[in-house]
Amino acid sequence: MTDSLEDPYDDHILDHFESPYHKGHLANPTCSHSDRNPICGDQVTVELLVDDQDRVKEAYFDGKGCAISQAAASILCEQIEGKTLDELKDFQAQQMLDLLKVRLTASRQKCGLLSFKVLKTMLYGMDEQREPASSG
Amino acid sequence: MVLVAAPATAMIVRTTMTANSATFDVEVVRQDFPILHQRLSGDMPLVYLDTAATAQKPRAVMAKVMECYEQYNSNVHRGIHQLGDRMTVELEAAREKVQRFIGAGELEEIVFTSGTTMSLNMVAHGWGRKFLRPGDEILLNTMEHHANLVPWQLAAAATGATLKYIPLTADGRLDLSSLDQLLTSKTKLVAVTAMSNVLGTINPINELARRAHDVGALICVDAAQSVPHMPTNVRSPQVDFLAFSGHKLYGPTGIGVLYARRQLLEAMDPFLAGGHMIREVFLDSSTWADPPAKFEAGTCPFIEAVGLGAAIDYVNSIGLLQIGQYEHQLSVKAHEKLAAVPGVTIYGPSVDHKGAILSFTVDGVHPHDLSDVLDRRGVAVRAGHHCTMPLHELLNLTATTRASLAFYNTLDEVDALVEGVHAARKVFRLK
Repeated sequence: MTDSLEDPYDDHILDHFESPYHKGHLANPTCSHSDRNPICGDQVTVELLVDDQDRVKEAYFDGKGCAISQAAASILCEQIEGKTLDELKDFQAQQMLDLLKVRLTASRQKCGLLSFKVLKTMLYGMDEQREPASSG
Repeated sequence: MVLVAAPATAMIVRTTMTANSATFDVEVVRQDFPILHQRLSGDMPLVYLDTAATAQKPRAVMAKVMECYEQYNSNVHRGIHQLGDRMTVELEAAREKVQRFIGAGELEEIVFTSGTTMSLNMVAHGWGRKFLRPGDEILLNTMEHHANLVPWQLAAAATGATLKYIPLTADGRLDLSSLDQLLTSKTKLVAVTAMSNVLGTINPINELARRAHDVGALICVDAAQSVPHMPTNVRSPQVDFLAFSGHKLYGPTGIGVLYARRQLLEAMDPFLAGGHMIREVFLDSSTWADPPAKFEAGTCPFIEAVGLGAAIDYVNSIGLLQIGQYEHQLSVKAHEKLAAVPGVTIYGPSVDHKGAILSFTVDGVHPHDLSDVLDRRGVAVRAGHHCTMPLHELLNLTATTRASLAFYNTLDEVDALVEGVHAARKVFRLK
């Protein structure tokens, strides 16, 4: 059996899965959001501590699920700390997939993008809170 | 508490060795299934272990469907022309094949539907919403597929009826010790699967039907998993409603069957209204056609129904007893070999009380990752909750991996599954 068959499970993914970055909870998160993939039951919560410059000071995640979804959440938290909320709004799905550094099939991209989706939903929710009923 | 296994006289008969078993040759049978002979990416031969989701189709079924399209495709029960006549004759011949296959007393008791889910929804609407009253009880259990659970939740919400649940034993069978308390004069229906799509559990339909009828309740059987793998007889014991799908029986998608006793079909309300299901239509009211037409509004999937008839012919040509016996032998081997892999837990009762379905987990490997590694080796299994979220909640799992076997699978394919599980453990650095 060649190694390429086990493609997505390289050291980068497995290291994040086994020793995740900032897995747990913040004492006083500025914002928090959870979602799950109803097909496979993967679940991810992302929590952010945002400073008064709208910059992410700390990012934590918690969750249950496959190696791809959990490693991706860990990688996401590591990457978004220090970024401003505006920068995160420009953050694209393809950039998230690139950060994983492995090629995912269409069905596994849902796992790889679960935490990204949680982050994006949270950011939109914050916008709505700040600009209530701005649309006429 | 020890639960006695389903008696051999149950509607679902566990097969024993037969004298002609030597005539079954899996390699010959596999020639009938062109899809099984392909290679997937990485030049891996396909190992299809997902028959409980949908079965592969033999050439005979595909040829019959092609014959319909090429020679006599025409709407049924309508045109006074030769094609329409031929198509109608073929459709009704398929209905007769279904009738014989499940032992129904009358041809009119066989309703063609789009599948098990539609069949069960027809019962929940047409019977449930018409006859259930506040305080009535529907007896369910936690191993039911969402298709035999959610329609009853809606029917209960609409009528004021209450849902009750038969508890499960630790090994995933119905715990009948509490049945005396649960089955009362309030019980109007027992809805139960003949074979769990996750645990593989073969439920004692015989006993449940008798006990339900003793208190004046009806029994509705989800037979989607059992019909393709073991003989079914709706009159022994008498069941009131029985539903199954064509695509799990090696037939086309989009076709299923609802069996119900004629008296019930006459009493029930129709589910879909429109053409073909009426007797007379006036501007402000209509009367219904006799069953089965009453439940077959619109153009039914008639070519799929004919394909289902061809699938039944094919299964009969091998013999359900042979099929059940071979699948059981394969299942025994699969259970032995898989259980020997470190960290593997197989859910459900012992192999003699279940169909050829293995839902399992591997410590340290998420089911989604496991099925991904298996897929890269050509082994197709299913991962997830398999439309049984309450059951997975009970097992305290978010997901399992399910391998389901059919008579076209081989011992080598069982070995490929087991080797794949070993490989996945290696990928995840497990000792």
